[in-house]
Amino acid sequence: MEISSAPTSNFRAFINEVGQMSIMLYNSLRLAFQKPSRWSEVLKHMEFIGNQSVGIISLTSLFTGLALSFQVYLGFKIVNATNLVGPVVALGIFRELGPVLTGLIVAARAGGAMAARLGTMRVNEQIDALDVMGVNTIQYLISPRVIAAFLCMPMLTIVFDFVAMVGSWFLVVRLVELDQAVFFDRINQTVELKHIVEGLIKSCVFGIIFALVCSFKGYFTKGGAKGVGEATNRGVVISMVMIIVLDYFLANLIRLYDVVMGHV
Amino acid sequence: MKDMAVRFKDVKKTFDGKEFVLKGLDLDIEKGSLTAIIGFSGTGKSVCLKHILGIFKPTSGQIEVLGHDLGPMEKDELTVFRQRFGVLFQSAALFDDMSVLENVAFPLFEHRRELKPAEVYKVAEKKLMEVGLEPKHYQKLPSEISGGMQKRCGLARALALDPEIIIYDEPTTGLDPILTEMVDNLIVETHRAKPGTTSIMVSHDLYAAFRIADKIAMLDAGRVLLYGTAQDFYNSEIELVKRFVSKGMKHQ
Repeated sequence: MEISSAPTSNFRAFINEVGQMSIMLYNSLRLAFQKPSRWSEVLKHMEFIGNQSVGIISLTSLFTGLALSFQVYLGFKIVNATNLVGPVVALGIFRELGPVLTGLIVAARAGGAMAARLGTMRVNEQIDALDVMGVNTIQYLISPRVIAAFLCMPMLTIVFDFVAMVGSWFLVVRLVELDQAVFFDRINQTVELKHIVEGLIKSCVFGIIFALVCSFKGYFTKGGAKGVGEATNRGVVISMVMIIVLDYFLANLIRLYDVVMGHV
Repeated sequence: MKDMAVRFKDVKKTFDGKEFVLKGLDLDIEKGSLTAIIGFSGTGKSVCLKHILGIFKPTSGQIEVLGHDLGPMEKDELTVFRQRFGVLFQSAALFDDMSVLENVAFPLFEHRRELKPAEVYKVAEKKLMEVGLEPKHYQKLPSEISGGMQKRCGLARALALDPEIIIYDEPTTGLDPILTEMVDNLIVETHRAKPGTTSIMVSHDLYAAFRIADKIAMLDAGRVLLYGTAQDFYNSEIELVKRFVSKGMKHQ
């Protein structure tokens, strides 16, 4: 029986791609602080990634807060612990759902657009044109996107957290008519600043991940329109999977840090 | 001995370690000349061009451009060195989110940082004038102008930094005969207007190559099959050259 070498070559290709992405990340961070300054490009991308995502983030977070609070309320009602709905929802949103859902939504919206834009630039020879014009394409195209995503993600996560908690408050206090003072008191007693910071740290990492993966896929697009479609698809899918997988490891890493530092 | 703009010395290139695209290419392109590189598809024309631009490094052999060996150059060094080139791409490769004027101003903003924005736009307008593009089109996006105008704009952008070498990558592929003639004339006019500038055109268009180039290099299987004037090509007894010339001229 012939043994297939496909898994080995796939694994090798995967390692090769991870290596190339790491080099791209290193170069984009190194070049971000070198002349010529690209901060105007960073602002342009921040407007697209951040400002233009506020609407969709607000909408999804409002309904996430409502739906999550409703389910938690139904569960806690069985054990007669409805006064814990607020803090449980808050912890879930601040530490997990806020950064993860923000990451997924922005990766789909802005990450997809990044991969498609860079892919189109590649197949239309615009990246080659920049190269032969003596413009460092990593510094001009990749660095601003990575930095903008890194800066925007925590801000968008704060928006998500806030609006989701407004949704939660609306359901718990206005619709289910639990006591508002209890809702806020319990949250104050349970939630600490470090829980919010934990979510914000994750969101920064997710921002770098989706911007890097989508930019990488777009930058190295091959072929014509089909190639752009594939690059966009792969960029978004890989970003989303990585956000979910990394979320677990980051949560453990932060927990480990707390234990080592004696915070727990 | 005349100064050379580009020198290929026994350049070999393989991408997979097995099949060689360039199989010992030797080619000297004189400074100030207008040289055409022609050949059938897959003979290594584009690979040759990308070596001149430093996008590809040779597997073996040496490439000197303007007296500099490109082989040992690091990416950062190459980035600076490439400011001495101007390239007109087959698709013009204009930035679709910038206006015509901004496209031409872009390399000036990048590399002439001592200039004020008003001065940059003045230079950009001058370059657009040189290639015959009217001011009414300057604020339009590339998608709003015709293919011929896009070529003119691409050429104006290539000329923005007053390059020492201008490279034309398949400049007339896919264009109609009238537009082809317009682009050919533009290349000749640009070359004549800038004495000392070396122009290198990679093309399938034999008629254009014979009409406008000082010298023509025909590539075959990764080597130079014939390098000479149009007359040398007409007089050649090499079977492949005779076939290429007869087929190429029949298409015109």
